[in-house]
Amino acid sequence: MKFLKFIFFGIIFGITLSKAEVISWYRIYEMFRFQSFHMYGVIGSSVILGIIIIQIIKRKQIKSIDGRPIEIEPKARGIKRYLYGGIIFGIGWALTGACPGPLFILVGNGLGVFLVAIASAMLGTYVYGRIKHKLPHY
Amino acid sequence: MEFIYEPWPWYVAGPLIALIMLSLLLSGKRFGLSSNLRSMCAVMGAGKHCDFFDFNWRAQSWNLVFVIGLIIGGFIANNFMGADHVSISQNTIDELKEMGFENPGNNLVPEELFTWDNLLTAKGLIAVILGGFLVGFGARYAGGCTSGHAISGLSDLQKPSLIAVVGFFIGGLLVTYLITPYLLAL
Repeated sequence: MKFLKFIFFGIIFGITLSKAEVISWYRIYEMFRFQSFHMYGVIGSSVILGIIIIQIIKRKQIKSIDGRPIEIEPKARGIKRYLYGGIIFGIGWALTGACPGPLFILVGNGLGVFLVAIASAMLGTYVYGRIKHKLPHY
Repeated sequence: MEFIYEPWPWYVAGPLIALIMLSLLLSGKRFGLSSNLRSMCAVMGAGKHCDFFDFNWRAQSWNLVFVIGLIIGGFIANNFMGADHVSISQNTIDELKEMGFENPGNNLVPEELFTWDNLLTAKGLIAVILGGFLVGFGARYAGGCTSGHAISGLSDLQKPSLIAVVGFFIGGLLVTYLITPYLLAL
């Protein structure tokens, strides 16, 4: 079953973010108040290791298991969409204390009320899709 | 074995997150959670009346499977690995107490905001429904969330991702300095 490994990766990710308290509203509040190194350590160390990983992949031209080259498409050009979209996302992140991954992990932790937040996030995604052409992107 | 039950430090969690990203890259996939929200809209038929959702979401179904893993992982951590108390700093605890939060850090999330009973209060609507909406809207507008921009994008040294992450912080700081202190008084 080709999907089995993705369930496995998801389980490891879900356990990791739960055990490191990354899914906690309190940790997100603490991060945005600069009152602990914890979240900066989590994101910072994963980015530093990630930079090393991606540099090695690029220089050694490592292929994925299906034999295709690993190409990371550059994000589309522009400033406004990233800045405005980022600010809107940041406001939501600090209010719910959860970004998209943690929303689902919190449900797994037994906090069913986050199903409502997920439905809301789907609605937000849907509204973006509807009014996309009216928003500044570049 | 004791380690499993204690909260995991950043230097364990950060590298594990990078390894998940690597595993997905080696599987020929890209690490990004918010695109699942778009897929879920497409699954529910949003593509019939909006082009943005008219795409082949089946090609992204591996990512929806990853999400099922997230829910299972959360369940395992909560029920078998003792993840419910949060070790936030004393500073944070004192500050939140002053705002009226009872027992900050004793649960995963504050009960004042995230229970079914409080959902239909002003603070519950703002934290759960408005917050969720902005997470979904903002992530798609910015073309990614924490996993897509802050982890994958920064790891690939992409400037758009850096701009997005600066945006995340502007938004987050606005809320924690200007809204959270007054949230419980609503």
